[in-house]
Amino acid sequence: MHAVSLTTEEEGVAMLAGAWLGGERGVLLMQSSGVGNCINTLALAKVCSFPLLMIVTMRGEWGEVNPWQVPMGQIAADSLRLTGAIVHEVDEPDAAAPGVEAAARIAFSGGLIAAVLLSQRMLGTKLFKD
Amino acid sequence: MPEPQLERRKVVARILADRGDMLVVTGLGSPTYDCAAAGDHTLNFYLWGAMGSAVTVGLGLALAQPRRRVLVITGDGEMLMGLGALATVAAVKPDNLAVAVIDNERYGETGMQQTHTGAGVDLAAIARAAGFRETATVRQTGELEDVVPILRRAKGPALVVLKVSPARDPLVLPPWDGPLLKTRFRQALLGAAAA
Repeated sequence: MHAVSLTTEEEGVAMLAGAWLGGERGVLLMQSSGVGNCINTLALAKVCSFPLLMIVTMRGEWGEVNPWQVPMGQIAADSLRLTGAIVHEVDEPDAAAPGVEAAARIAFSGGLIAAVLLSQRMLGTKLFKD
Repeated sequence: MPEPQLERRKVVARILADRGDMLVVTGLGSPTYDCAAAGDHTLNFYLWGAMGSAVTVGLGLALAQPRRRVLVITGDGEMLMGLGALATVAAVKPDNLAVAVIDNERYGETGMQQTHTGAGVDLAAIARAAGFRETATVRQTGELEDVVPILRRAKGPALVVLKVSPARDPLVLPPWDGPLLKTRFRQALLGAAAA
């Protein structure tokens, strides 16, 4: 397995398209603020039917302290759905593994975009305190 | 600086001549047409959108196929939109990945507006500073033969900027059916069972 750090999230959409062309599969991990960065590049996955699995940790969604995180956090799920992605929202730890497995199956068997959103309700909220 | 005399179609045709089993990713706009004009090939993956993504598609392919040469052929505008990808590639250092930037210092798809390379931004220097192993900039026809081996064989990551004339060429359009481009590429590379 390769783990590659990116400078911006949409690089991952393109990288995983290239990996699929070469016979490999992968998963793109990001925070919800990165969803907006991906929007135009998701056309690549959609128009070519590349399978794309994304796991998104949520900010600005539940009990967020930093108001700058809220605008993108509040529209991340709807934005993904508008691109045609299948979205599974997970807010219980026990639902995370089945959610990822279900998203992986639907993405890789159908050449679809699937995203698992991990809620701040279970991840906890960054409180900006030492 | 005088206008470059290199002709983009001849440059791309030379880079792709006798390409062997090389895998090619093209950036949207003129580089996609240039590669089609050099001869359509099942191991060309043409981008028609997703501007800024050519290098990272190439990176994913290079990591998945470490024994095959992967060449990204893109334009200056497309490369400028994805500059962060040069840092990502330099951090990963795939030795089988090369990038050819066909640089006419213009946005050809939208009316030939000047790009930042026309204002002096040096893409080869940016790639070198990021950590690419091989970089070069070519302005003269006589220098082209020196850089073809860098793109085709040198240990990467490599990036070569080819300063070309802004003259427009006739459109040569490859297929833009995404599933067709994807599936024919995978079948040519991975075998008929790959879909």
